[in-house]
Amino acid sequence: MRLKAMQDWLDERLSIKTLSGAARKKEVPVHRHSIWYYFGGMTLFLFVVQVVTGILLLLYYRPSAENAFESVQFIVTEVQFGWLIRSVHSWSANLMIATLFIHLFSVFFLRAYYRPREMTWVSGVVLFFIVICFGFSGYLLPWNKLAFFATKVGTEIAGVIPVIGRPMLRFLRGGDDVTGATLTRFFGFHVAVLPATATVFLAIHVLLVQLHGMSVPPSVQKQNLRKMKFIPNFLLRDLIGWILAIGVLAALAALFPWELGEKADPFAPAPAGIKPEWYFLFMFQTLKLLPAKILGMDGEVLGIMAFNFVALLLFIVPFVDREPGNQRRRLVFNIIGVVALAYIVVMTIVGYVT
Amino acid sequence: MDHQIDRIRPALAVMVLLILCTLAFAQKRSSCIECHVKLDDPRLSGPAKLFDNDVHRGRGLSCNDCHGGDPQAETSEAAKDPRKGYLGKPRTADVPAYCGKCHSDANLMKRFNPSLRVDQEKEYYTSVHGQLLKTGEQRVATCISCHTVHGIRAVNDPLSSVYPLNVAETCAKCHGRAEYMSDFKIPTDQIAKFKTSVHAKALYDKQDLSAPTCNDCHGNHGAAPPGIASVANVCGQCHARQADLFQTSPHKAAFDQQGFAECVTCHSNHDIAAPTDQMLGTQQGSLCVNCHSNGDKGFVAAGHMRSRIEELIASINKSNDILSLAERKGMEVSKPKFELKGATDALTHARVLIHASSTAELDKVMAPGLEVAGKGYQAGLDALAELGFRRKGLAVSLVFILFLALLVYLKIRQIESRQPIAK
Repeated sequence: MRLKAMQDWLDERLSIKTLSGAARKKEVPVHRHSIWYYFGGMTLFLFVVQVVTGILLLLYYRPSAENAFESVQFIVTEVQFGWLIRSVHSWSANLMIATLFIHLFSVFFLRAYYRPREMTWVSGVVLFFIVICFGFSGYLLPWNKLAFFATKVGTEIAGVIPVIGRPMLRFLRGGDDVTGATLTRFFGFHVAVLPATATVFLAIHVLLVQLHGMSVPPSVQKQNLRKMKFIPNFLLRDLIGWILAIGVLAALAALFPWELGEKADPFAPAPAGIKPEWYFLFMFQTLKLLPAKILGMDGEVLGIMAFNFVALLLFIVPFVDREPGNQRRRLVFNIIGVVALAYIVVMTIVGYVT
Repeated sequence: MDHQIDRIRPALAVMVLLILCTLAFAQKRSSCIECHVKLDDPRLSGPAKLFDNDVHRGRGLSCNDCHGGDPQAETSEAAKDPRKGYLGKPRTADVPAYCGKCHSDANLMKRFNPSLRVDQEKEYYTSVHGQLLKTGEQRVATCISCHTVHGIRAVNDPLSSVYPLNVAETCAKCHGRAEYMSDFKIPTDQIAKFKTSVHAKALYDKQDLSAPTCNDCHGNHGAAPPGIASVANVCGQCHARQADLFQTSPHKAAFDQQGFAECVTCHSNHDIAAPTDQMLGTQQGSLCVNCHSNGDKGFVAAGHMRSRIEELIASINKSNDILSLAERKGMEVSKPKFELKGATDALTHARVLIHASSTAELDKVMAPGLEVAGKGYQAGLDALAELGFRRKGLAVSLVFILFLALLVYLKIRQIESRQPIAK
């Protein structure tokens, strides 16, 4: 009785019955591609893990060149379960990027961006780039040798873009070199700018998914399609995935604790064979393989411009491929997707092996 | 004011031009070089050609500043006129004085290089070379034997014959030739021995220019073999701590009494090898047993010192091994690894302290060293224990997590058996 009164009280002020009614009505189509629906939720779950572990790390982390490394070292050696939180944060970040890639490609191949879901796709692509920025900025924060040089190389790559490159490099580094100023800046991006932006786009993205419901791929027969309730059927399935993800994260953190390495020394020479994080490796490898000059232009600059161009193309995919009935275009886009996926996989492997 | 400057401006321009012309002509014309470079005989043309790179030429000096004569003269006879101070080629015995004319003159040298010493000539006559020269011996080194002649380069020039990396070869030009040195009755294997030494490794392999070569121990202008009494002072220039400790050791009085050269007795001279712990102790092959025999005080002390050092080494290795193991298993142990350096420092200190031959002194650094190493080992044990705890914790958590997942799965089954997914 008291519960009912509380519900009524809340409903009068927040219309929770309308919301819960809508949630109860929400359905998820069941077909042979349904498995891919779980990757969005998994990415979201890992994002939540990032937020929680990130806040815990903030309790001890000190963002300066003098203290950053020592504070992370303190977290992993002295703070109770600090090692677990730090390792889970690092592993979860990587798993999140992996599930994000899967989510992006599955949405692409299943054509979930067709009308009216163009803006869902665009907000998703924005989130994809925000997450990449999260990865790049977070990597520097422990202020270790590898992170220092990876950031140096990464920002240098940004610096070669014509016209805006140099000012951008100075903006990112907070000067001409990677210094304590860069660390403070990256920390600001990582814990304030990016989370705020991510929250806004995440809200839009999730809201749009609720608004339009789950997309059914064009290859699936829409008549007589089985549907499960989002609550509880789909959500409980999601929950199993999330519980197992916690298990995987715990196992990775306990068995393969994320290395801290050596403290960054700006005066030391760059270590040999330096490589970026795995999700940047295919781009890094491409730049390495490009000849110095292509048609009289700097090969590296051309490569970076090409990647920027592809990033822009990603935004306009739903506006170019917009006719579900156009079989030829569908084939072309499938080929583009497969080639891009194969390219990323092959280049990443080549990058690791060489 | 501006108007006045305008008026004198042309006059200033002419003055600057005149000064420049004077400077250009001030670059002295030398008929010596003009003629000598054209001569066919390499003995006569060689010096003129070599002089291009000579440090003296760089300082504005020319042939006549050493040899006298008139470089402005048009003919060879006029240029080499003794009335114009022409000296010609000096005899070997005269070379030190020839160079000393300027190099022993403090006032003159200030004009060129105020920091350069001016006692080389004086010092030279204290050397074995100088002493022999005084007796009329012509086969000894003089200034030009080491510094070369006409193509003399500054000591800090890597192409100089007396640049640290080139000194040994320069000395070996005479001291490495058995037939040349036979009359002087001194060995000629010094250079070969030196090249095997720890000093040569530092000098040539590591390019450490502060590592000693011949002149750092023997002196350069006053080159002489250090006597028994002064050997310790020579080594002590760099190995000051060891030399000081040796003075306090019981060996000091014993070596003096026996007439043993201090450092050389254990470390040898030219072929000094990197010291090892095997040199110390009572086992076969150690240096201590060369003089000490079983039961005497020194024998006991040597055995004690060696065993203490071995104890510390073993303790450091044990700590290193366990910390490396923990590190390989992914534990963060960089702090205890860094702190373990304190034990390695104690070991280095102990290895120096043995020169005092005092077990009491050695024990003073051993105790803290062993304590640091012990802490490192404990840190390794703790890290491995923590790893074990994490794995057990993981196993328990996984059981709980899987159980939870199973519960949710059963819940789904329960819901869907009541209400199957509809079309």
